[in-house]
Amino acid sequence: MKLLSRKAMCNTHGQDSSYFLGWQEYENNPFDEVQNRNGIIQMGLAENQLSFDLLESWLANNPDVAGFKRDGNSIFRELALFQDYHGLPSFKKALVEFMAEIRGNRVTFDPSRIVLTAGATSANETLMFCLAEAGEAFLLPTPYYPGFDRDLKWRTGAEIVPIHCTSSNGFQITASALEEAYQEAEKRNLRVKGVLVTNPSNPLGTTMTRNELNLLIKFITAKNIHLISDEIYSGTVFKHSPRFVSVMEVLKDRDYDKTEVWNRVHIVYSLSKDLGLPGFRVGAIYSNDDMVVAAATKMSSFGLVSSQTQYLLSALLSDKKFTKNYISENQKRLGKRQRMLVMGLQKAGISWLESNNAGLFCWVDMRHLLHSNTFEEEMELWKKIVYDVGLNISPGSSCHCSEPGWFRVCFANMSEATLNLAMQRLTDFVAEYSTANGHKRLHHSSKNSKKTSLTLPDKWLIRRLNWIRKIQKWLSRHLNWIEKIQNGC
Amino acid sequence: MKMLSRKASCDSHGQDSSYFLGWQEYEKNPYHEVQNPNGIIQMGLAENQLSFDLLESWLASNTDALGLKRNGRSVFRELALFQDYHGFPAFKNELVEFMAKLRGYKVAFDPNKLVLMAGSTSANEILMFCLAEPGEAFLLPTPYYPGFDRDLKWRTGVEIVPIHCSSSNDFRITACALEEAYQRAQKLNLKVKGVLVTNPSNPLGSTLNRDELNHLIDFAIKKEVHIISDEIYSGTVFDSPSFISITEAVMEKHVDHETDLLGRIHIVYSLSKDLGLPGFRVGMIYSNNETVVAAATKMSSFGLVSSQTQFLLSNMLSDKKFTSKYIKENQRRLKKRKDMLVSGLRSAGIGCAKSNAGLFCWVDMRYLLRSDTFEAEKELWKRILFEVGLNISPGSSCHCSEPGWFRVCFANMSQETLKVAIRRIEVFAESSSSASGRENLSHQRSVRNSRRSLSKWVFPISSYNDHEPADR
Repeated sequence: MKLLSRKAMCNTHGQDSSYFLGWQEYENNPFDEVQNRNGIIQMGLAENQLSFDLLESWLANNPDVAGFKRDGNSIFRELALFQDYHGLPSFKKALVEFMAEIRGNRVTFDPSRIVLTAGATSANETLMFCLAEAGEAFLLPTPYYPGFDRDLKWRTGAEIVPIHCTSSNGFQITASALEEAYQEAEKRNLRVKGVLVTNPSNPLGTTMTRNELNLLIKFITAKNIHLISDEIYSGTVFKHSPRFVSVMEVLKDRDYDKTEVWNRVHIVYSLSKDLGLPGFRVGAIYSNDDMVVAAATKMSSFGLVSSQTQYLLSALLSDKKFTKNYISENQKRLGKRQRMLVMGLQKAGISWLESNNAGLFCWVDMRHLLHSNTFEEEMELWKKIVYDVGLNISPGSSCHCSEPGWFRVCFANMSEATLNLAMQRLTDFVAEYSTANGHKRLHHSSKNSKKTSLTLPDKWLIRRLNWIRKIQKWLSRHLNWIEKIQNGC
Repeated sequence: MKMLSRKASCDSHGQDSSYFLGWQEYEKNPYHEVQNPNGIIQMGLAENQLSFDLLESWLASNTDALGLKRNGRSVFRELALFQDYHGFPAFKNELVEFMAKLRGYKVAFDPNKLVLMAGSTSANEILMFCLAEPGEAFLLPTPYYPGFDRDLKWRTGVEIVPIHCSSSNDFRITACALEEAYQRAQKLNLKVKGVLVTNPSNPLGSTLNRDELNHLIDFAIKKEVHIISDEIYSGTVFDSPSFISITEAVMEKHVDHETDLLGRIHIVYSLSKDLGLPGFRVGMIYSNNETVVAAATKMSSFGLVSSQTQFLLSNMLSDKKFTSKYIKENQRRLKKRKDMLVSGLRSAGIGCAKSNAGLFCWVDMRYLLRSDTFEAEKELWKRILFEVGLNISPGSSCHCSEPGWFRVCFANMSQETLKVAIRRIEVFAESSSSASGRENLSHQRSVRNSRRSLSKWVFPISSYNDHEPADR
């Protein structure tokens, strides 16, 4: 008899894809400004590390909160026992106010409609459990966050059918792409239960236009299906860029809040990107549908947010002076960092999706560096960038992009100096690469094209150097130890 | 088209059962020593509130751990970014050490086989996802924790088939009951993937004895199924016999080499009961099966433990002097509190199952039933809720096969409140004993089940009270 379930045995958690090779290589040889300057720079991780100082300074000025105190009195017991899946009321209130603030208070949220979950990962899966049976489908515009293959499908049995978006219009969603995806699902005998979009988009780093949002609303109305808007990056819009428009805002502007479509739109949020706190596991579902709220609330039992964390963050987010300053400053820093990255790309002769106005990454166009317009070539290029250039970036194929040659490059998880170094490496690589292969934009396949031979000795050298550095580190640790013994420590 | 999934629309989350009526009534009219002395006393909540002072005193002396500092330096950034589903290494090391300590170091655990997730609620569900397909079944001895109906079945589609245990042998699991449950599952066309036990048991409040563990092991070997041992109450064992973990029992039988049984044993644990920290959401799975560990680790993404909490508790558990003192003192207080409840019930003429663990007693109110039925049990429960003002858990909510048993918690209130509760029970029992149906009930019971005799642990009323039964 089969001992374990198919879920345990299979690989639809998607973590055996070659995409993770990049991660492993980074783990084996991580860049360090001091100790390993030739290591691989992690540019595949969408983390926001730019504004920790603001959080740390708030914590330093509010030690009571971390210490389980309220007005000087210990509330440890109350928090230790608090496991109510309705969530800490003060935290939910602060959270919905924060969400409204991010949307310029053009939309307001009702705290009784928010459900807290351990991260957006949990929120998205919970919504699938609530809205779809196993074998039913959601449509997702490509390119999309690779984690969705696991989060939406693995344990739920739901299917994803892609809505193909292309560079011809900046990867925006079109009415015909929506319809085509719907037909594709029908052909595969998959009942479509809804559309899931990430807005701002991961990996595109762009906010949806009003036109796209209107198209979506029209589509879900016509097909009588749901819309999930994952707005996890809503607070990362760069300063002085086109602002974020939430689907709720459009619905309200068009008086949809009086219709039953209102009940079919659900928002997912999290503090992992805007506040840079993925370790604290704070996610949320917001829905106007009572039954979804009720079911999701009960399901949140499987992933509640630690009361210790709810309390800390309710105090943080209730401090309106802090949140106002944080949102503004964080967006300023993100914008500055993105400009640094794109200047570097420009210098390297690499273009990017210029509508990039949000997120922690840039959607970069390296099609001109492909020997042929294929995903195999994209993989080859990606491996070169990982091993030879020493940058772990995310290939578009891992995001189900329909066009080869696009890469997601993160910029908010490292220092300025590291980013500059990364850009320098890229510039050098492109220069050598172009010299070796000519400056032509290659669209035809070239099976016999000689791979550049400059990379092999470099690769070998880099690996040997890293090996020598590891030995040096080991030796210096042991020498320290021996010294200590000699000195009688 | 159906807008929502069946999971969202149905009620197999089990939370619409009338059992929750008690909770609602309590919420509307909660007892308060000063402000609402006539309110309902919550005795349906298995929380451990007896040892917070020990935790608070540790926290007061360890402000660094609270303030996210290590040796005076902030580790905020490191923790804010830490979302590795392998868990905080220091925390896992401390947890396995703590678990070994609770087992008297008779077993050792490997931190690499431990998977962390947000509470044992999550742990149990994840194990179902890993071990069973929808439509397959796990066998559970009755009575069992009502939450399992939701945790094990709701989103997984797995079925529960009860292993009927009865008061005739103190609700112990027998080889016969195991086999009978298995046959019943077969008749229902359900493939049995394993057995799930809670040890110490909720709601019985007793540890499994060696015989039971051996029956389980023999059964699992013969049928090639899994054993999940939910040991969430392992730190609450306050009396002999001492706790025997499933791992210890397997080791002692020396079957691990002959069979691949060890790869089918999985332990669930949590800090919600032993440390009284349900709000912090710390649960875990321990398994010797690499594939299960790998899959459960990935699944834990859907409910990771907050890094802030992992950091705090890894510091706390690393203080060995504290943990030793805590375990001992906590158990002493639990025993004292349980003795108080048991003797209070005894003086009211009510017996309990013998217990040596947990945060509750399994109370025998069969003699107060109008008839030996679950309807009568429900009636009695409502009377106790509305007239006596105690929210206790009826055995039917725990799928007990015999009416008249109730789980009564004792560790979630002050001593004074417990005394009030006991006084109320005494008054109620006194007034109920004069109900005319009592004698008929005794007769019915002995006729229905002649092999069932009053087990020695049910204190005969006549030995302990001044009143003749007819006068009560």
